[in-house]
Amino acid sequence: MLLRHTTKEIKPRSALTINPAKTCQPIGAMYAALGIHGCLPHSHGSQGCCAYHRSALTRHYKEPVMAATSSFTEGSSVFGGQANMLQAINNIFTVYDPEVIAIHTTCLSETIGDDLSQMKKKAFDDGIIPEGKEIIFCNTPSYVGAHPNGFSNMVKGMVDGLCEPSDDKLRTVNIIPGWVEPSDMREIKRYCAEMGVEIIMFPDTSGILDTPQTGKRDFYPKGGCTVAELREAGSSQATIAMGPTCSGAAARSLDVKCKVTPEIIELPIGLSATDKFINTLRKVAGVAVPESVTDERGRLVDLITDMHQYFYGKRVALYGDPDQLVSLAQFIVDLDMIPAYIVTGTPGKKLLKRLKAVLGDKYNEDNIAIGQQADMFLMHQWIKNNPVDLMIGNTYGKYISRDENIPLLRHGFPIYDRIGHSYFPTVGYAGAIRLCEKMLDIFMSKQDNESPEEKFELVL
Amino acid sequence: MSEKKEIDPKAALDEILSKYPPKVARKRAKQMVINEVGENEQVPQITANVRTVPGIITMRGCCYAGCKGVVLGPTRDIINITHGPIGCAYYSWLTRRNQTKPKSEEDDQFMTYAFSTDMEDSEIIFGGEKKLAQAIQEAYDIFQPKAISVFSTCPVGLIGDDIHQVCKSMKEKLGINVFGFSCEGYKGVSQSAGHHIANNQLFKHVIGNNEDKPEGKYKFNLLGEYNIGGDAFVIEELLERCGITLISTFSGNSTITSMEMAHHADLNGVMCHRSINYVAEMIEQKYGVPWIKTNFIGPESTSKSLRKIAQFFGDQELIDKVEQVIAEEMDKLIPVRDAIRERCLGKTAMLFVGGSRAHHYQELFNSIGMNTLAAGYEFAHRDDYEGRKVLPSIKVDADSRNIEELEVEPDPVLYNPRKSPEEMEKLAAAGVPFKEYQGMMPDMKNETLVIDDANEWETEKLIEIYKPDIYCAGIKEKYGIQKHGIPCKQLHSYDYGGPYAGYEGAINFFKEIDRLVNANIWRHVKAPWMKDTSPTLEATYNA
Repeated sequence: MLLRHTTKEIKPRSALTINPAKTCQPIGAMYAALGIHGCLPHSHGSQGCCAYHRSALTRHYKEPVMAATSSFTEGSSVFGGQANMLQAINNIFTVYDPEVIAIHTTCLSETIGDDLSQMKKKAFDDGIIPEGKEIIFCNTPSYVGAHPNGFSNMVKGMVDGLCEPSDDKLRTVNIIPGWVEPSDMREIKRYCAEMGVEIIMFPDTSGILDTPQTGKRDFYPKGGCTVAELREAGSSQATIAMGPTCSGAAARSLDVKCKVTPEIIELPIGLSATDKFINTLRKVAGVAVPESVTDERGRLVDLITDMHQYFYGKRVALYGDPDQLVSLAQFIVDLDMIPAYIVTGTPGKKLLKRLKAVLGDKYNEDNIAIGQQADMFLMHQWIKNNPVDLMIGNTYGKYISRDENIPLLRHGFPIYDRIGHSYFPTVGYAGAIRLCEKMLDIFMSKQDNESPEEKFELVL
Repeated sequence: MSEKKEIDPKAALDEILSKYPPKVARKRAKQMVINEVGENEQVPQITANVRTVPGIITMRGCCYAGCKGVVLGPTRDIINITHGPIGCAYYSWLTRRNQTKPKSEEDDQFMTYAFSTDMEDSEIIFGGEKKLAQAIQEAYDIFQPKAISVFSTCPVGLIGDDIHQVCKSMKEKLGINVFGFSCEGYKGVSQSAGHHIANNQLFKHVIGNNEDKPEGKYKFNLLGEYNIGGDAFVIEELLERCGITLISTFSGNSTITSMEMAHHADLNGVMCHRSINYVAEMIEQKYGVPWIKTNFIGPESTSKSLRKIAQFFGDQELIDKVEQVIAEEMDKLIPVRDAIRERCLGKTAMLFVGGSRAHHYQELFNSIGMNTLAAGYEFAHRDDYEGRKVLPSIKVDADSRNIEELEVEPDPVLYNPRKSPEEMEKLAAAGVPFKEYQGMMPDMKNETLVIDDANEWETEKLIEIYKPDIYCAGIKEKYGIQKHGIPCKQLHSYDYGGPYAGYEGAINFFKEIDRLVNANIWRHVKAPWMKDTSPTLEATYNA
């Protein structure tokens, strides 16, 4: 057994996390920053943080993930990281020439109390920021919150650092897509185009973390939200923020700073959440939903009615990040499946309220774990006590999956061991069809593999 | 290939350096040398193990990664608790591909688990010692392991948590081995500091703990082998066939129990010199077990290593058995190698990785006729480049001085020199030198480039100038390199392939390189309409 020491008996824990269902803030900030065109993310801390985050993101996207580090030594940890930061800024602009450097902190630089705004000012005063180039930053202490919060903080950093207020509002709508795949961001843009809505999307990692092989490397690939677009986002008429955990703070900040009305919705994963997205976009932009989108929706509903028997009553364990969990749980209920367990290491009790809102009478707090010690070890123990038919979550679930012979649908971050997420979205109606197809494949293959010979079916 | 030979390495280096601010250029120039092997394997001096340039996009990781990730990661029967915020435990959870094979279903195997104190702001403010002690208690209550170790992350050192005191009191309370590593990420300049800290603590808290003498005629430890992709399994099998008893490996496919018995071996073989030479030195000083450099990457090195071990024990039966195994293995290897050599001959490689792999893997490329144009380490020291002969002349800077050097005395009871000085001299003269590693550079051709701590910019320029047929690095570099239309072979994770050690591994590696440099897909990178320059409108429509 891969997890041979995991017992059915659940002993209380108050200090030890085992097999976490979260990681630390800075990696989220790094991913978000990659969604700006011509941006080099910078990690202000030990170089190991940057190496780990780059490695993790690279394993997930199978794409170059560029980021720099302040490379703290023991000396800088004692005397402060300003000297390293200024050297880094100078070296980055000289050697790598980005449009913008997006700096985030780490537990190290936060513990010693480095002040990024003061350092940015010093860099400006020292004349090491070339004309027309930008530095944005955010604080991402690893000992507060988790990776989705780091994403949120960097997106807010984009607003605080670049968005400009304007009295002349444009027709554009801002879309903050949240921590989703480049393929999802591309898909959200497709829906907006289909609806005839002009948008500014930030961050936008499509075209950056899914670049074509051409034999010639673009150090800064052509995708991403440009600095000019980010400035202009302050002139948009509204912001649709997808996923309150990852996108809410930026939308609110944009409202305060530039008076752009925020609409904070759940991630458009699954039927109901996509309905909410399309309907919100329709109202905010004052457009009609074209037949093509309604037809897409109809195809999803048709599939579900056709295949309902295979979904009905199946127990699902969900683990991962709050924004994904809420929408997936809602979709599970739409399919008449049972959200048996919901686990996230990302702290924040507000999630309970959100889950209650989408789960209705299927809401059961005993099966939800959030924050410290809400980890995959606990979820595994729950599963041992009362099994599920399916797990949905990141690659780390494969160990439980194999030991317990429970199929795993890979979704969220990180996915180290399969491709697909880079190319095929799970947002929107088409994304929901893909999720259904994957689930059905799993259930039907299991039936095909495990049914007795006399019960083996040709048609399903 | 002929055009590649015309590249002037000096001009290449100048072009790379010209982009840098003057201070950075001066620093980097000392870490980039053109190789020239003189008499007695004299090579130019290279600067290594110095601070990374901030902002340069380095390949390097941190002290914690070297300690927890590299050295302690592959040992299965110990619970490794990372004391700090969640990230460090998360990123070092199963990502290094250290395979392990417990002897039975009942044996301890904790490597699939990640353990962390998941520190929050309250612990950063008020201290994390209480939570750490509680976490150790909970790990014990749930798993009853025979040992628990603790790894400090950056904030732990800053807030002053005394992990060693916590470990000591928990050791007394629980009656099992509990010990800690002060391997905060900011220590030293790379993973290398973490290797040293790991070596020190293993020596202090583990090695020598078990007095039961293991059976075996030729007792051997393999140091600095981490069982990436199953390398250790191949080496274990080879040693077994020769009749050599492997007491312990540091630390591929290992147990703490086996490490506790390491001092009972009669010979240590050092594979990755950078990460484990300290343990080899200390075992010799305390117990009198000598060490030799061994290398099981590449058929020639594998044969040489086996022969050196046999010669050390000096038993004709062993010497004959080793020759027989080598002959059997080479019979299988030669036809594969020769067939692949025809397809790879004259192609070129670059290797920027680790603290020994950039050296060891060059032999595999040589075997199939491929030339190494440039190589360098991520976290090595001068001795790994130039050989241990330069050790006395290495200046210890402030960053290295902070890493403890243990003072080791011979054990009053257990110190037992396995060979007399005369015997060792004789063996050295016969080709079994002790405490010797000649480094990477003497094995490289003149005019090749040796670059320490290469970064993203330098990688880009090397590819642009030299256009190698294959580039070996790690996951962070891989896809950037491949976007240039050049395959990258990961030599940290082996791209989830392997094993590459021993003869069987060499065959795997030859096939892998053949696959990479001769893959059809590279011919399809350009769309036909981008290759074809003829006008778009070629024909007209005739009604």
